[in-house]
Amino acid sequence: MARLELDGLRKSFGATHVLHGVDLSVGDGEMLVIVGASGCGKSTLLRLVAGLDAPTSGRVKLDGNDITRLDPSERDMAMVFQNYALYPHMSVFDNMAYGLRIRGMSKGEIGRRVGEAASLLGLEASTLDRKPRQLSGGQRQRVAMGRAIVREPKLFLFDEPLSNLDAKLRVQMRAEIRKLQRRLGVTSLYVTHDQVEAMTLGDRLLVMHEGRPAQLATPLEVFERPADRYVAGFIGAPSMNFLDGELTGDGAAVCLKAGCALALPFRLTAGEKSVTVGIRPEYVETGRGDLRMQVDLVEPLGSETVVHGRLIGTDEDLVARIPGAVPSGEVMKLALPPQHLHLFERKSGRRILPSQPSASSDG
Amino acid sequence: MERRTIFPGRLLPAALVAPQLLLTVVFFVWPALHACWMSLHSEDPFGLASVFVGFDNYAALFGDPLYIATVARTIVFCFAVASISMLVALPLAVFADADIRGRAVYRTLLIWPYAVAPALAAVLWILLVHPQIGLLGRPLDRLLSLAGGHWDYKLNGGQALLVVVLASAWKQVSYNFIFLLAGLQSIPRAVIEAAQVDGARGWRRFRTILLPLLSPTLFFLLIVNLVYAAFDTFGTIQAMTQGGPAQATQTLVVKVFRDGHDNGDLGSSSAQSVVLMLGVIALTAAQFRFLGRQRH
Repeated sequence: MARLELDGLRKSFGATHVLHGVDLSVGDGEMLVIVGASGCGKSTLLRLVAGLDAPTSGRVKLDGNDITRLDPSERDMAMVFQNYALYPHMSVFDNMAYGLRIRGMSKGEIGRRVGEAASLLGLEASTLDRKPRQLSGGQRQRVAMGRAIVREPKLFLFDEPLSNLDAKLRVQMRAEIRKLQRRLGVTSLYVTHDQVEAMTLGDRLLVMHEGRPAQLATPLEVFERPADRYVAGFIGAPSMNFLDGELTGDGAAVCLKAGCALALPFRLTAGEKSVTVGIRPEYVETGRGDLRMQVDLVEPLGSETVVHGRLIGTDEDLVARIPGAVPSGEVMKLALPPQHLHLFERKSGRRILPSQPSASSDG
Repeated sequence: MERRTIFPGRLLPAALVAPQLLLTVVFFVWPALHACWMSLHSEDPFGLASVFVGFDNYAALFGDPLYIATVARTIVFCFAVASISMLVALPLAVFADADIRGRAVYRTLLIWPYAVAPALAAVLWILLVHPQIGLLGRPLDRLLSLAGGHWDYKLNGGQALLVVVLASAWKQVSYNFIFLLAGLQSIPRAVIEAAQVDGARGWRRFRTILLPLLSPTLFFLLIVNLVYAAFDTFGTIQAMTQGGPAQATQTLVVKVFRDGHDNGDLGSSSAQSVVLMLGVIALTAAQFRFLGRQRH
């Protein structure tokens, strides 16, 4: 239970810059999820916080104390590793008790804490005597969690802890981690490349892109008001559609390559005229409108249908998610409701249209 | 996980294993059987006549206090060589595993002694410990003379044993270093990092995490070192002390050579070889059993 602050954290390996300066403040009991594609620096960031790597510059502060130069063993953090990193030669009990013994805790207290953690995680008493190699993937995951919990540390660090589990177990453990973290109220950093994990687990998300923080906000805000084109495309599945467009002279509408003018909910007078128009597949309306799409692929998912196609008259691809069954026809009429549009500067990718939460102008 | 290749027919697989089998038969199985055969006979020194004597050679061997003393000396020698070479190699490997500047150079230098031939190594050590001209021998002699003693490994049996133990151990440090370094590097980094985050530092982390995870390698090396000390040190000992003074550095292999080659007692020498062979078979069997069980 602590406040974590990162202050201009940078990391380079030789000439390779992995982190370009991250400032971050994680509140007491908050679960902050760091999400990004592989190579974005998210794991490096976590290792810097744990002290497993030293930053090139910048500071790590815990409860106001500068811990940048402290050894990992002195930081009072617990980490859950991607491959669990259980001690293979120790029983499950010893794995969990290891950190407590180092702290010189009494036998009774160790037994009590390990027992509590085991029952909290649904580990049966019989598993406590087993070696990690005798456990299933899910059980190992729980032991790794247990090892972190018993320590009652100031900070939990999760490094893609669910990525080695099969899909069903992952969904189950995801929910359990969330419940557990809420219940224990321990400040947590959670690194993942999985956007669903990120959206469901985090109080706030930090989306990383090429060693820089692209956006720091609540999951819904990241979804509804992505800070730039990268975040917009990264969060949400299927990804947001992007179409090139030009603002009209009066800034009240956008012209797409497909020819038509999209009226905007309000005027945009200042700034760049070349824009990228973004719209999520679920908001694309079909069966009406002025746009025409040549259908390439139809994916029926039961409750909805995902249609891939190309806007007629352009080389731009578009995906639409339509509730219900497959509509017939090779060519489909489309409309892009203006209240669901996202506008980004074409060159910089920065967002220029303040988002309109869907309720505002519907109907 | 095992990958198997299935050959059609029998001729090709037989042809593929034949060279290896042939080498084994010619250089191992045949001499070994011959040794067994000869150990049951008494032969005159010129190999002209041979009488079947049953297990008389073995009985004489175990009734001989000099042989029993040699067995005891060999055991002491083997464990001394094995433990010294491993104890020296372990910290070197731990340091070489750490992120230190110039570790590539450091590692390469540590592997060099392995490439030195046993007899050459013996010459190097003689130049070091020689009482009159040795770099270590002269100061050592001066130091011991303060206490009224002398340094002369050619006359003092204890000193001679110490010297051959050190020379033999030194040769084996490189080998142990390579295996220990490989063993250390095969320990998953994340496990060590987990221990670090759990609060374990320095010696404690080494004792509770690294050492237990290294134990299969250590056991493997113990066996290999015992076998090395029992057999491959012949060159070193022969070149340095020829088993002397007064048999103080005579191990079992040296005695096999002395009795068979120098003294012409082929029957007894063969019996000693067979006993040694059984010892190695026992060690190897123990190793295979243990390694078969050790799977983390």
